[in-house]
Amino acid sequence: MVQYTGPRLDASFAALSDPTRRGVLEQLGRSDASITDLAQKFHMTLTGMKKHVGILEEAGLVTTEKIGRVRTCRLGTRRLEDEMAWLERYRQLWEARFDELDTVVQELKKKERIDGRAKRR
Amino acid sequence: MDARKEGEPTPMKNRTTVDRTSDREIVVTRTIDGPARIVWEAFTKPELFKRWWVPKSFGMSLLTCELDVRAGGSYRLVFRHADAGTMAFFGRYLEVTPHSRIVWTNDEGEGEGSVTTATFEEKGGATRLVLHDLYPSKEALDAGIGATEGMPETMDQLNELVVSLRTKQ
Repeated sequence: MVQYTGPRLDASFAALSDPTRRGVLEQLGRSDASITDLAQKFHMTLTGMKKHVGILEEAGLVTTEKIGRVRTCRLGTRRLEDEMAWLERYRQLWEARFDELDTVVQELKKKERIDGRAKRR
Repeated sequence: MDARKEGEPTPMKNRTTVDRTSDREIVVTRTIDGPARIVWEAFTKPELFKRWWVPKSFGMSLLTCELDVRAGGSYRLVFRHADAGTMAFFGRYLEVTPHSRIVWTNDEGEGEGSVTTATFEEKGGATRLVLHDLYPSKEALDAGIGATEGMPETMDQLNELVVSLRTKQ
């Protein structure tokens, strides 16, 4: 079950790498829409939009529901926890940088003290 | 008289915080144990900057590090990563106030890049560093964070992290 998260997250990044798909997410953030609506808004064929929505759905970013002949798309529920993981990873990148910055700053402080002493002599 | 090995006391490690303060903004904070003018030096002198901006654990080397730190000046960083080849990061400095504030653009994002404001606040010999990133849109921010993780092996690490977070739940 844990294994599930790896490929899923890759799928999210892949899904988000395309400007049309990001646009679709933004659109669905404002309101639910049918695939036909989305195809029209993004000046795209129905088949093209189906493909994009399929990728977003696979990544769990969008859910769809078919009522009668209309397939309605809405935002998926899975976004927040992954975003938290992003932020945590981002924090770790910065923490690694700041740890090295600490070292550089300590060295410079030490050098200043030594230079200061040398000058006073 | 003898040169002591690593004899300096290690400073206490301060906390790094990251907050998404709005759809378009990320704020990173950290206190550095040293006066603002020294932290400033580490930010603006290429030979110092390249030592910390690319920690060893990133598995990358910095091939080019050009920083022309003045308003209107530009910077260019070129990294080499074993798996991902070379990557260039570049932009312009919009505002430079010595020992206190630097604002720069991140232009590699082709219009989707953020504007970063770094402020240095000195208090009692330590410097509180605040890095504020403002993206043109929410999508740009999402993609921007995605790009930070753009390298195959960081993606693996990200996955591992998510797995470990979920196992703890």
